[in-house]
Amino acid sequence: MGNVKETYRFQHKHILGIEQFSAADIIYILDTATSFKEISTRPIKKVPTLRGKTIVNFFFEPSTRTRLSFEIAAKRMSADTFNIAASTSSAQKGETLIDTACNLEAMNPDIIIIRHSSSGAPNLLARHVNAAIINAGDGAHEHPSQGLLDLMTVREHKGKIEGLKIAIVGDIAHSRVAHSDILGFTKLGAEVRVAGPATFMPSQIDSLGARLCSSVEEAVQDADVVMALRIQKERQDDPLIPSLREYSQFYGINRSLLRHASPDVLIMHPGPINRGVEMSPDVADGAGSVILEQVTNGVAVRMALLYLVMGTEGSKVG
Amino acid sequence: MTIVTILQNGRLIDPVDGVDVIGDLWLQDGVIVPVQEHLPENNLLFDVQGKWIVPGLIDMHVHLRDPGEEYKETVATGTRAAAAGGFTAVACMPNTRPVNDNAAVTRFILEAARSASARVYPVGAISKGSHGDGLAEYGELKEAGAVGVTDDGLPVFDSQLMRRAMEYAGSHDLLVISHSEEMALSRNGSMNEGVVSTRLGLRGIPAAAESIMVYRELALAELTGQRTHIAHVSTAAATDLIRQAKARGVRVTAETTPHYFTLTEEAVAEYDTNAKMNPPLRTEIDRQAIREGLRDGTFDAIATDHAPHSVLEKELEFDQAANGIIGLETSLPLSLSLVREGVIDAMRLVELMSSAPARILKVQGGRLAVGSVADVTVIDPDREFIYTRESILSKGKNSPFLDWKLRGKAVLTIMGGRITHNEME
Repeated sequence: MGNVKETYRFQHKHILGIEQFSAADIIYILDTATSFKEISTRPIKKVPTLRGKTIVNFFFEPSTRTRLSFEIAAKRMSADTFNIAASTSSAQKGETLIDTACNLEAMNPDIIIIRHSSSGAPNLLARHVNAAIINAGDGAHEHPSQGLLDLMTVREHKGKIEGLKIAIVGDIAHSRVAHSDILGFTKLGAEVRVAGPATFMPSQIDSLGARLCSSVEEAVQDADVVMALRIQKERQDDPLIPSLREYSQFYGINRSLLRHASPDVLIMHPGPINRGVEMSPDVADGAGSVILEQVTNGVAVRMALLYLVMGTEGSKVG
Repeated sequence: MTIVTILQNGRLIDPVDGVDVIGDLWLQDGVIVPVQEHLPENNLLFDVQGKWIVPGLIDMHVHLRDPGEEYKETVATGTRAAAAGGFTAVACMPNTRPVNDNAAVTRFILEAARSASARVYPVGAISKGSHGDGLAEYGELKEAGAVGVTDDGLPVFDSQLMRRAMEYAGSHDLLVISHSEEMALSRNGSMNEGVVSTRLGLRGIPAAAESIMVYRELALAELTGQRTHIAHVSTAAATDLIRQAKARGVRVTAETTPHYFTLTEEAVAEYDTNAKMNPPLRTEIDRQAIREGLRDGTFDAIATDHAPHSVLEKELEFDQAANGIIGLETSLPLSLSLVREGVIDAMRLVELMSSAPARILKVQGGRLAVGSVADVTVIDPDREFIYTRESILSKGKNSPFLDWKLRGKAVLTIMGGRITHNEME
């Protein structure tokens, strides 16, 4: 971690969102993650750094890759991990989030990783328990580890973030990934453009630092990165788009659209992809697609976050 | 001879008679009596020099939760909080369990109110069970003691029902109080739609959800010619609509609350459920417009929308938490800040918090004239205090003003000649 000043110290007990970080914090996390990435390529993919630490995956929403990614990250650091899914927790029996968390707390976990459909649920938890809280996605608020792995992936390919043009296309209003990405990329000096139908745009999106474009073409123009967001198919209570068919026609990322982008544009997607809806298959699998690298980097970023919130800096990583 | 309560050397403020003088006020047998030259033998004397003597404050929009949710508040605890806040009367909303949509529930509330620390004016439901179809029995509600009808919290969607409610309520001289909210726009929202909701990832409630329904109520009030009251206005747009309607003679009155002229959406900060209510806290532009509406007479009354909840409803994920905050013990100091900041004068404050609510609800009080009911509040406009959780008399502790240093306090509250709160030094 030679490119960070000696005086820097990571000061965050909880990881609730990218919003809490300074640019220096983000760079430090990315540097830490980069140094951890190699561990996952070893024949024996395990270091003793978090041996004896207890980590609980507390997931109130279905999740495959994020939960697995955190679990793999924890195990590669030798922590003991436990998974609680909403269907098996007390949430179904009417116990409140705080009750459940206090019961968990009584068993002295070191880190609680929470995924919840309510924005701010991790903040609530952080006010009531002593364990470090890591937000693994809360409502339409933030998904900081996803934002960080996106930053890491782009930085690996472009060597920097500052000055890049990042286009994010899709349902920004309901996307915690978009929220974390907008904050992260702008904090590091990139220009973030967003595009999609107005029904997908949150109120006053510019307040987050992103520029709202009137068309996908405008957003993608000379872009260094194009990211498509997953379209949620089920939303009966609020008619946001007429059909997936029309959406893909006007807002889907395809090859002809990418002619407007930078020649070495990176293609990203937080997954899981609706192939042929927000992104055509040839784009998802074609040149410039770093979608699977995002997943790989996810493990490294989550190892870094677990390490940093445990404040075990200075101990040997192995 | 019965005892005479004497308040000496106070600043007497009575907006009805336009009085603002230094003087004494005598109370005997539950009414205000003429001041005599010589002190009666049997007297209870308070030197209130430097303090204001005003008609007892009236909060025309509170939730007492009784019957049905007594763990949140009761008539007894809610009126104790009211007395401590300088109120001698409150109007309580019908969203109890069961809903106050009939004479039996109204009588139950009034029975509990007989030993309470403030007068209680029940407001009945517009529709049976507040379900939004079919009128409740207004004639019987009125006979039992209800002063108005509303489906507060479960706003009337059906415009025809609202029209009929206004017409039928008019026949029984009941005030229709509208909680104006277009639910199709506000549904699932948990705070104002804007910069803060975007930052927090919370679903927003646009200002239009209020102004659309306020416009409907004004149009229906105009159509029916019946008096209509718009509750807890939170937006600049609704304030403008009400101002315009009043200018063309629509029989409409309106209230706003201390939280809308004191706070903005920023108070939600990091998901503070004590800043969650419906309608939600709005923007600084709205806050300024509300203050202007208080200044120029668009608003007739300041009410609290006192809505006690327990930790069961509040210590939750923000979008799961209940709407509402308590307000009875903070309303006066927050409103006094309007006087200190020159938005309104003391006379107008008393009008907003006492005389106008009495007039709108058609109840006694709101004046200091001889022969009036002995509902009187003595205010020390400069008394400072920290509003701590421990000091709250309401069962609800859900306030965004916890630990605020407040200035101005009711130091003596008298209801019907009886002292219901005394903090005289």
